[in-house]
Amino acid sequence: MKLFNAKIIANHPINARYWHMILDASMLDEHVAPGQFFHLQCGDAQQNPLRRPLSVFHYHQASATLEFLYLVKGSGTQQMTQRRPGDYMNLIGPLGRGFTLPEQGALLLIARGVGVATLHALAREARAQNKAVHVLLSARTANDLLTATALAEIGANVYTVTDQEGTSNLEQVRPRLEQLIHAEKIGALYSCGSRRLSKLAQDLAEKYHLKGELATEAHMACGIGDCYACACTIRSHGQLKTARVCSDGPVFPIEQVVIQ
Amino acid sequence: MIEVHLPGLDLKNPVMPASGCFAFGAEYGALYDLNELGAVTIKAATLQPRFGNSTPRVAETPSGMLNAIGLQNPGADQIIKNELPRLEKQKVPVLANIAGSEVDDYIATAKKISRHPAVNALELNISCPNVKHGGIQFGTVPEVAAELTYKVKAVSEKPVYVKLSPNVTDIVAMAKAVEAAGADGLSMINTLLGMRIDLHTQKPVLANLTGGLSGPAIKPVAIRMIYEVSQKVTIPIIGMGGIQNADDVIEFFLAGASAVAVGTANFVDPFVCPKIIKELPEKLNTMGVTDINELIGRSWKK
Repeated sequence: MKLFNAKIIANHPINARYWHMILDASMLDEHVAPGQFFHLQCGDAQQNPLRRPLSVFHYHQASATLEFLYLVKGSGTQQMTQRRPGDYMNLIGPLGRGFTLPEQGALLLIARGVGVATLHALAREARAQNKAVHVLLSARTANDLLTATALAEIGANVYTVTDQEGTSNLEQVRPRLEQLIHAEKIGALYSCGSRRLSKLAQDLAEKYHLKGELATEAHMACGIGDCYACACTIRSHGQLKTARVCSDGPVFPIEQVVIQ
Repeated sequence: MIEVHLPGLDLKNPVMPASGCFAFGAEYGALYDLNELGAVTIKAATLQPRFGNSTPRVAETPSGMLNAIGLQNPGADQIIKNELPRLEKQKVPVLANIAGSEVDDYIATAKKISRHPAVNALELNISCPNVKHGGIQFGTVPEVAAELTYKVKAVSEKPVYVKLSPNVTDIVAMAKAVEAAGADGLSMINTLLGMRIDLHTQKPVLANLTGGLSGPAIKPVAIRMIYEVSQKVTIPIIGMGGIQNADDVIEFFLAGASAVAVGTANFVDPFVCPKIIKELPEKLNTMGVTDINELIGRSWKK
């Protein structure tokens, strides 16, 4: 983990709500695992003193580029959209615990909205190791189905559902996922971006005795485990205890996450 | 040039992280050598473990932030077992913040924590705005604060600094009351009670509804209170509230502080404390000051 300035190579909108930022990460000299995050200073530290935790969308070691897919939600991410190629972003990272791959079997990724940014990095890592990857991508509209093409290009099998088409409800999603688990030798489940889908993934992992991991998110201040702003409850060895999303997570074993 | 000597705290420089912004030093200790700091102030210890408030616990504000962590900590026994031994191996002095719901909790916690060899002084937290019981209820009435200070002093093996709340009408009355009860020093100020409301949900942003405001936004309040209090008490003040750089440290000294603590700025830049410590002698040189102690209260001294 380090604190550094990274030059912006590209920063552009990919649709009405989401932006894509590419940084020169040649300063970075350590491994970045899928599921880890960076803590970014958005712009003016007077207006937005707190950093924003963004999970890694793609880290390409050979070209030393670090990419983020971000949802423009408030004044902080709004400021990020004002930054131009050639400007520098100040960031801390990589932070937190990332995903682990299954030893055997295919991966089933269940993503909603910007949650796909986090799972995209995992899909790439798994494909690089020649593991089969299936992605169920859920979003409000067809326009919000982020990175479906990119995932297909790296050889992932992508299944899309949307609120608009009326295909994203649990009654329809659950049997599709069960069918995939049966047919595709799924070894592990992963989810990010929706409480509803995470709960479903948890149920399925338990029912079919599958390994699984959930990527969680939280409002953070320090991002490195000191301030306890991002505390969450986890279930460990039958007991409830407090964990920090930033340093104990953001990726947790699926059975540990207490979904409220 | 930047050494300061306070009761129980011989500091090679006057800069320490503020309680609650530094946990127990393990995470920052991985980033830099904690011995670079004047001291470390550890997160509030309570007698029993506390799980803290629901989330969201933080919200950003212009030049500041609101927090409502709720004194989450593993409890005094676990802190003594797991955290203090690690700090004992360092040379850096430790100021241990303690809190409680009842007078008896404070007394029991003070007894346990002050006895530990790693601890150089206690910081009595009577000013946390984020817990229903304890904390600020001890920090807004001078007689109540004085009685608690007196009882904690009676059992503490180390000097006691009382951390004052700015959420009072007469800060000088609070300071004088705890001084008369035996406080060895003051820490000021804790956070100011605040709230933010989300325009989309039209509800308060924090799960706890209210939170404590910190950061540069509250610096003028801290400076004013230290300016007022330092003229009326003889015990030293550890100043805090929005410090971001060496200039801010000097402003706190001019107001009447004898050391400073840095809180929110650690979240903007985790290396801010060592950075300020490095800047400070350079800044004093440009001012022609040979000893930082000369600056204490210079804004009001004739």
